[in-house]
Amino acid sequence: MQTQAYFQLALYLAVLLVLAWPLGAYMQKIFNGETPAYARWLSPLERLFYKLAGVKADEETGWKPYAVGILLFNLIGVVAVYALQRLQGVLPFNPQALGAVSADSAFNTAISFVSNTNWQGYAGETTMSYLTQMLALTVQNFLSAATGIAVAIALIRGFARKSSSTIGNVWTDLTRATLYVLVPLSIVLAVVLAGQGVIQNFKPYQEVATLEATTFQQAKLGADGSALKDARGNAVVEAVTTTTQTLAMGPVASQEAIKMLGTNGGGFFNANSAHPYENPTPLSNFLQMLAIFLIPTALCFVFGRIVGDRRQGWAVLAAMTLIFVLAYGALVSAEIAGNPVLKEAGAAVASNMEGKETRFGIVASSLFATITTAASCGAVNAMHDSLTPLGGMVPTLLMQLGEVVFGGVGSGLYGMLVFAILAVFIAGLMVGRTPEYLGKKIESFEMKMTAIAILVTPILVLAGTAIAVLATGGKAGIFNPGAHGFSEVLYALSSAANNNGSAFAGLSANTPFYNLLLGIAMWFGRFWIIVPILAIAGSLAAKKRLNANAGTLPTHGPLFVLLLIGSVLLVGALNYIPALALGPIVEHLQMSAAAR
Amino acid sequence: MKQQIRPALVLFGLLTVLTGVIYPAIVTGVAQAAFPQQANGSLLVRDGKVVGSSLIGQNFTGNAYFWGRPSATGPMPYNAGASGGSNLGPTNPALADAVKARVALLKAADPANTLPVPVDLVTASASGLDPDISPAAAQYQLGRVAAVRKLAAVEVQALIDAHTTGRQWGALGEPRVNVLALNMALDVASTH
Repeated sequence: MQTQAYFQLALYLAVLLVLAWPLGAYMQKIFNGETPAYARWLSPLERLFYKLAGVKADEETGWKPYAVGILLFNLIGVVAVYALQRLQGVLPFNPQALGAVSADSAFNTAISFVSNTNWQGYAGETTMSYLTQMLALTVQNFLSAATGIAVAIALIRGFARKSSSTIGNVWTDLTRATLYVLVPLSIVLAVVLAGQGVIQNFKPYQEVATLEATTFQQAKLGADGSALKDARGNAVVEAVTTTTQTLAMGPVASQEAIKMLGTNGGGFFNANSAHPYENPTPLSNFLQMLAIFLIPTALCFVFGRIVGDRRQGWAVLAAMTLIFVLAYGALVSAEIAGNPVLKEAGAAVASNMEGKETRFGIVASSLFATITTAASCGAVNAMHDSLTPLGGMVPTLLMQLGEVVFGGVGSGLYGMLVFAILAVFIAGLMVGRTPEYLGKKIESFEMKMTAIAILVTPILVLAGTAIAVLATGGKAGIFNPGAHGFSEVLYALSSAANNNGSAFAGLSANTPFYNLLLGIAMWFGRFWIIVPILAIAGSLAAKKRLNANAGTLPTHGPLFVLLLIGSVLLVGALNYIPALALGPIVEHLQMSAAAR
Repeated sequence: MKQQIRPALVLFGLLTVLTGVIYPAIVTGVAQAAFPQQANGSLLVRDGKVVGSSLIGQNFTGNAYFWGRPSATGPMPYNAGASGGSNLGPTNPALADAVKARVALLKAADPANTLPVPVDLVTASASGLDPDISPAAAQYQLGRVAAVRKLAAVEVQALIDAHTTGRQWGALGEPRVNVLALNMALDVASTH
């Protein structure tokens, strides 16, 4: 199985590079204000948008108006997503007559989708109407991705420009990212996915007659519809037999495509990309994995192109890829070695198939789990809560590194560039020289902003986890006993604050306590990084660009790649190893001890 | 700030129409025209009646049928209106108990079977709707199904082979057997 594991990885990385390279060239043009001839038929629509919105496309601003624009645009998004969920009961495209989402859940989901987290406290097929799925959630899948791309492009411009007071036009960046990049890619991917079997319709859920009758236990309801209890207060159950199965339907393919391309990850259904209607075949699975890394990879190339030295983009990509490959190796090995409990209980092998789908198996499930948490996607094709202890630690740690290993669209690159600034700063301290990156002097203001951007998420994760494991409301949600229960809480906060969105889904998170706590973590984890990033962009753009000399640390070679990886891992390790020791590491030791 | 409000509001509205109305409409139109079978759920029809989807597993417990993966959906297994996995952690005693119970159930249904129990047959799938089992899991159940149906083993083997899919393009995913399609074929074979 090891051979298959690395063969699928090599195939994946090869196809990824082949697709991302031309996309990088295309995106550079798009954000340079040029529209290639084959995309020009969309230009009238773009001009119409600007005219109606009163946008002067050729006017740029400094970082402050840019940041205000981003915040306003996203606040409007929160209000819209919240309102649509609360009102869905009286709105159309709701064949299952699903009622209003509760206030705390709607608040959480609104922030979740606007912040590109797509944490889901709710179960899609039993909560959201088709209208909400499209007009609230799909829309934010696009717009949160466009926000990430815009901020990354603004930061790249900060490095590339000299003595400039502007970093771009926030409205044209958002519009062009959506219109020329995200929508065309999504249409192509959605149609291909539909061909593989991802559904796309507006029908009510289908009732089908099954081959065999199913008998099951369910709570007996009284005349008033509430669950009956016996004299001891236990719920009364009755045996029920059914000969039908209800198949959830919906416009899934359109949401699925942008869910991946925008590193959003919010599933149409509760089981996310494990659901056969979201991810029916190994090929659809492969395409979804490619879609997650496609734009983050292309943005590394865009970075190299815009700063005028393609090697700089390759260096960042190399650092990301190395961490990713190491993480995958650890995860897949842990899952193949599996859980000795399974073998003891009578299974032929210990390979951990609990919470995995047959068509993906151990290998494609492990690869997907690594990709979705290296990027801040958060879609899952296997249940992370049922991963082995060390297998589950890998996704946790990848999120905790700050979602900079490919990361979210835009957010991965700007997060990694902040670590690059930290790396040259550390290198500068070692040789006693003012640090420089890409010819820009890194000074006190940039370092303060870098420190904020790097420290916001660990504070949110660790303080949030501490609050949750102390509070009654936090402990109430834990599903699995022992150390694994702590891992569930740590995972939830890591996922929310780093805007990933995947879960150890045993945790009952659709409660006012978790909806509020995680909502706050998602909001600050997103925008308390974006604002300092834009501040850095503005400050860098205003600086002169120095020529490299003998004392400059080259930032395109293997030495810098290692320094960058070292910075990312060092910060991650210092922040999180104590917490990880209490969860996955303890559980691993317990599991190994029990097996002996 | 003030001059930012109009572009923020208007662009939000326009992009919402583009990505939340026009985009899904285009995808629906193309998918329904090009792939109507898939876009509507890959439904399987027998005697003019829809009996399921080739992508969604069903619950099988009778000895005459091949069983699928254990399903953790509630309140009934294979509830395709509420997908999900068990979320049991690796050291949760409930996981060990569940696996033991499933192994016991398989052995009770076919006491003479000496093959090792395939792990996918005793662990819950991620979606609770997994339509497939591994070829080993089909092989494990061959003897039981053939005996109950009074079919020759080679005949059942041929049906398993016909419903086994290899790795896609020889490289992706894992080999697998579609349980619902196999069981439908068994019903056809038994009536002849």
